[in-house]
Amino acid sequence: MARDAKSNKPKSQAIEIMKRLAKNKLAMLGLVVIVLMILVAVFAPWIAPYRFEEQNMEAVYLSPCKEHLLGTDKLGRDILSRLIYGARQSLRIGIFSVAIGAVLGTALGAVAGFYGGRTDNIIMRILDIYQSIPGMLLAIALAASLGPGVNNAIFAVGISTIPVYSRIIRASIMTVRDKEYIEAATAINASDFRIITRHVLPNSFAPLIVEITMNIGNSILMAATLSFIGLGAQPPSPEWGAMLSDGRNFMRDYGYLVIYPGICIMASVLSFNMLGDGLRDALDPRLKN
Amino acid sequence: MENATLIKVNDLVVEYAADKKTVQAVNGVYFELRKGETLGLVGETGAGKTTIAKAILGILPDPPAKVRKGEIEFDGQDLLKLSGKKMSHIKGNEISMIFQDPMTALNPIMTVGKQISETIRLHNKMSKAEAGVEAVKMLELVGIPGERYNEYPHQFSGGMKQRVVIAMALACKPKLLLADEPTTALDVTIQAQVLDMMNNLKQELGTSVLLITHDLGVVAEMCDRVAIVYAGEIVEIGTAEDVFDRTAHPYTKGLFQSLPALESTEKRLKPIKGMMPDPTELKPGCKFYDRCPYASEECKAEGMRARDLGNGHLVLCKKTEEVM
Repeated sequence: MARDAKSNKPKSQAIEIMKRLAKNKLAMLGLVVIVLMILVAVFAPWIAPYRFEEQNMEAVYLSPCKEHLLGTDKLGRDILSRLIYGARQSLRIGIFSVAIGAVLGTALGAVAGFYGGRTDNIIMRILDIYQSIPGMLLAIALAASLGPGVNNAIFAVGISTIPVYSRIIRASIMTVRDKEYIEAATAINASDFRIITRHVLPNSFAPLIVEITMNIGNSILMAATLSFIGLGAQPPSPEWGAMLSDGRNFMRDYGYLVIYPGICIMASVLSFNMLGDGLRDALDPRLKN
Repeated sequence: MENATLIKVNDLVVEYAADKKTVQAVNGVYFELRKGETLGLVGETGAGKTTIAKAILGILPDPPAKVRKGEIEFDGQDLLKLSGKKMSHIKGNEISMIFQDPMTALNPIMTVGKQISETIRLHNKMSKAEAGVEAVKMLELVGIPGERYNEYPHQFSGGMKQRVVIAMALACKPKLLLADEPTTALDVTIQAQVLDMMNNLKQELGTSVLLITHDLGVVAEMCDRVAIVYAGEIVEIGTAEDVFDRTAHPYTKGLFQSLPALESTEKRLKPIKGMMPDPTELKPGCKFYDRCPYASEECKAEGMRARDLGNGHLVLCKKTEEVM
C-alpha cells in the first residue's frame, strides 16, 4: 500500500543542528549578543534616548552622566544613541558585504571545483592574481575609486573577500565530486546544474556556513577600518569605525570616545566568531550522538 | 532463450590517458544480452568490468577515458553515436546502474524518498506528490516500509541502503540494469537477501541484468550466462553450465581451482601464479600467456580469434582442447 509520503515528516535537520548548537555555551552567548544587536538595530529609534545627529553645543565632551549615559562627543551628540544607531550600519555592512562575497565566491568556486581541469585553472589563477593584492588594500583601492560611502564600502569589502569563499567551496567540492552518489546522479541523467545545486553544494556547505559567520565579524571590522580612514560611512552617519576615528584625536582626554565604539566592534566580531565556531561543531555530522 | 537481443556490444575498445601512457582498459569486448536474461561479468580487480558498464551508460569520465571504437547496440540504436538528448532519455530511464558501495552511493543529506522520487521526476512528467507516491511504492517493492520515506541514509543499515540504491535504479522500470558488484560491500547473509530480491524483481519487471562481480558463487546463483573478463578482453563466454562444467579457458580454470573446496580441508589456497599484465603495455597475442600453464610459442602470435564451441560458448584460446 502506498502511503502518503508527507504524513511523517522527520525532525528537520535545522532543528537537530540548533539542538547541538544549544549545547555550546560560547556559541549561545554569541548568538544572544547577535540577536540583541539585531533587536537594538531594528528598534533603534525607540530605544535611543536621543537622535543620532542631535547636537547640543552646551554639552560637548560630557563624561558619562545621568542625561548621557556614555557621554557626548565634540558636537554634544549622545554617544549611546549613536552606538545604538551604529548597530544598524554595522549589521548592514556585515551582512550585505558577506552576501556579495559569498554568492559570487561560491558560484566561481563551485564551477571551478566541479569541472576541474582548464576551467578550474583559469578561474583559480585569476583569483590567485586577485588574492595577491592584500584584502584590505584592495578594499581601500575599490572604496577610494568608487568614492566614500557605506554602500561602496559594502561593495568593496564584499568583492575583496570573493577568493576566500571560492577557495573554501572549491576545496570541499573537490572532495565531494568523486563520491559515488555524484556518479549515481550522473547515471540517472541529472543535469550538471542540478548536480551542483542539489547534490554537490549542499554537501559542501558546512565549511562555508562557518566561514560566513566568521566573516561577518571580519567584514564589520574591515568596514570599520574603511570608515576609520574616511572611506566608509560619512558624517554624521554613526558608524562605529567612524566614531572611533572621530574620537581618536581626543583619546587621551576623553577615552570613552573610543572605548565604547571599540567595545561594540569587538563584541560583535567576537560574537560572530563564537557563533561560527559553534556552528562548525554543530554542522559536523560525525559529532552526532 | 528465443528472446530478442536487447543489447549487443561489438568490438568495444576503451582507453584511459594517463600522463604519457595509455591504459588499454577494454580491448575489443563483444557480447550480447537478451531480454530478461542475466549476464555475469566476472574478472579480477582492474580487468575492465566497470569500464564496460560505464561505457554502456555513457558516463565514462572524458578525459581521461576515451572510447576508441566499437558499437553498443541497444534496442536497435548505437548508443555511442546517439546525440546527448537521446542518450539522456536512456540514461537512468531505460538503462540504470547500481553502484558498488551503498555507503557512498546515496547523498547523505537528502532523504532516501526524495532521492528516489528525483530519479522518477527526471524522467516522467509528474507532480512532486505523484512521484512521492511512486517512490513509496518502490521502497515497499524492495522491502522497506514506506514510513521510512523521510529518513536519511545514515539511518539505514548497509543492506537497507543497497535496497534503496536498487529501488532508485529500478524506479523508472529500466530495460537493462547494470549491477556493479552490488553485493561486494555486504556481508554474506545480507548478500543472499539482496540477490534473492534482485532475482525476484528481475522476473517481476522483466529487466535484463548485467551483473558485474568477482564472486563465482554469486554468478552461479544469479546468471544465465557468464563472461570471463581478463585484461580487457572477454576470454570466455557462454551459458553458466558451459562455463562452469565445460571450462575451456585456462584462466577460467585457474579461477575455479583457486576456490577452496568445502569438502576437503585445504591448507593453502591455490592462486593463479603471476599478476595481470600491465594495461599500459599489453603485448599482442594471448594476454594470459605469462601465467598460462598451457602456453607455447604459437600463443604469442597476433590475431587471437574467439572460437565457437557451440551453443554460444566462445573462448579466446588456442589450447582449448588441452584445457578441456
